[in-house]
Amino acid sequence: MANEYRQIIRNGLWDNNVTFTQMLALCPLMAVTSTATNGLGMGLATTFVLIISNMTISIFRNVTTPEVRIPVFVLLIAAIVTLVDMAMNAWLHELHKVLGLFIPLIVTNCAILGRAEAFASRNSVLPSMVDGLTMGLGFTFGLVVMGIVREITASGTLFANASSLLGSTFSFMEVTIIHDYRGFLLMMLPPGGFLAMGFLLAGKRILDKRISAANRRRQQIVNITPAPQHA
Amino acid sequence: MSTITTPLSGPHTHAQRSTGQIMALVTFALLPATAFGFYLFGWPAFNLWLLTIVSALLSEAVTLWIARKPVLFYLGDGSALLSAWLLAMTLPPWAPWWIAVMGGVIAIVLGKQVFGGIGQNLFNPAMLARVVLLISFPVELTSWVTPQVIGGSTSPSFIEGLMITFRGYTIDTVSSASVLGHVRTEVSAGHHLSTLMSQMPSPEDMGLGFMSGSMGETSAAFIIMGGIFLIYKRIITWHIPAAMLASTALLAMIMHGANPERYVGAGFHLTAGGIMLGAFFIATDLVTSPSTPLGKIIFGAGCGGLVYVIRTWGGYPEGVAFAVMLMNAMTPLIDHYIRPRIYGHKRRGVSLTYSGKRLESAHKFETKND
Repeated sequence: MANEYRQIIRNGLWDNNVTFTQMLALCPLMAVTSTATNGLGMGLATTFVLIISNMTISIFRNVTTPEVRIPVFVLLIAAIVTLVDMAMNAWLHELHKVLGLFIPLIVTNCAILGRAEAFASRNSVLPSMVDGLTMGLGFTFGLVVMGIVREITASGTLFANASSLLGSTFSFMEVTIIHDYRGFLLMMLPPGGFLAMGFLLAGKRILDKRISAANRRRQQIVNITPAPQHA
Repeated sequence: MSTITTPLSGPHTHAQRSTGQIMALVTFALLPATAFGFYLFGWPAFNLWLLTIVSALLSEAVTLWIARKPVLFYLGDGSALLSAWLLAMTLPPWAPWWIAVMGGVIAIVLGKQVFGGIGQNLFNPAMLARVVLLISFPVELTSWVTPQVIGGSTSPSFIEGLMITFRGYTIDTVSSASVLGHVRTEVSAGHHLSTLMSQMPSPEDMGLGFMSGSMGETSAAFIIMGGIFLIYKRIITWHIPAAMLASTALLAMIMHGANPERYVGAGFHLTAGGIMLGAFFIATDLVTSPSTPLGKIIFGAGCGGLVYVIRTWGGYPEGVAFAVMLMNAMTPLIDHYIRPRIYGHKRRGVSLTYSGKRLESAHKFETKND
């Protein structure tokens, strides 16, 4: 049981990461990650939608027939996104202004429909919620990493305007990494998003190769250890 | 006993020139225009050229080493040197050092090696780097100086040259707009061209290159010299330069004829900005241009048309880099539709007749198509 959850968590955060492995939801990824704060806000909103949509779809999975499942999923997701949109407009108005159109567009985020179809519609409620949470956090991780890379290279700052998302207690997060930086506009524009994505993907693949090579080595060592002698 | 054996090598003719030799000849053809650029803009131009090349060669070495390819073999083919050289010639001559260094790195790493190295890149590396720099640092990439001829009283000394390149030392009195930029701002402000022409360099000065502009782009005469040398040596063919220059000139003539007070003439368009360097040295890049004569003419005409459109109605005064990159993106499509004739076949795939008969296999191919 615990093993099953460990697998779900591993999948969501790394092995089957929305951004870097499934490569879904690239449109909001390119559009909002010009700063790390925007990425974080977008990621958290999507995570919230994912948890709730996975939960509701899992609850209704036995009454939705295969023929109507897609419209049902889309309606549920659209209702949840509308709630999130209104809530953000009310309580996180500054961030809502920045993210703008991309909040309602979470409806069309293929990662959410993908998880509904691939996981929530065939698993029980609790695993579905865990899947939604970890997939969402994995997506948030991708958005924030992209935002960090692009924000530092484009304007030399990190988590600018974080206090408008998280409240004034988090203003310590707003750092200027490079002082008197002239700015590198390209990284803030869409091409910068594609460049950062390409290099991060290459980096993840190198890392994965290293990890699997290390695992293989460990296995070999286990194999050549002589079996305990029985008296 | 079978007489058919595995051939020891493919039945292809080997071109006599290696990549390194081709690159060396192109570099040689660039020498007059480059030397003129140094003469015109002094030590800062030389520093810029040197820094761009050093940073490009270093990036090439590092990326090759990361990709575990033979470093010296690929460095020795001179392709990185040529890309950086062309990039340096399109930069403002007194640009600061970091423009040169970043340009070299971008050209090689983003423009060439991420695609897989030499021969694999979709876009011309030099133009890609120039566009990235222009979009990211518009102020530095549009700061021109009037010619400060070496040996003249206003030419910066070696030390002053280092100050200009490395410390951002600027002399306000020598800065000026490029001719294209000047015409653009004046015309959009509602001035008539006939009142403007007295402030312009004379057509002879523009043809020879005595005007403000990029480091190695100002002299149409020296670039044409190099270009003709390349055509004579059969490194490039006449198709791309001729089509590119002709389409720009044609559009300019039509528009100038329609409204001479608003649109400058063909002679101005052909001698100003980077079109000559673009037509002979950049659009003709062997990797990123089509391979058939007709394809080359379409490619060149597209480049020339886009140059005119961007210069006249676009957001930037000069459009050679954008035009070449847009047409680079079209190259695979052009090559897909316009294919070279296969040896022994007519253009549509029908086999040629040999003493009145066709080869059996070719005949089958033909009937299948029918």
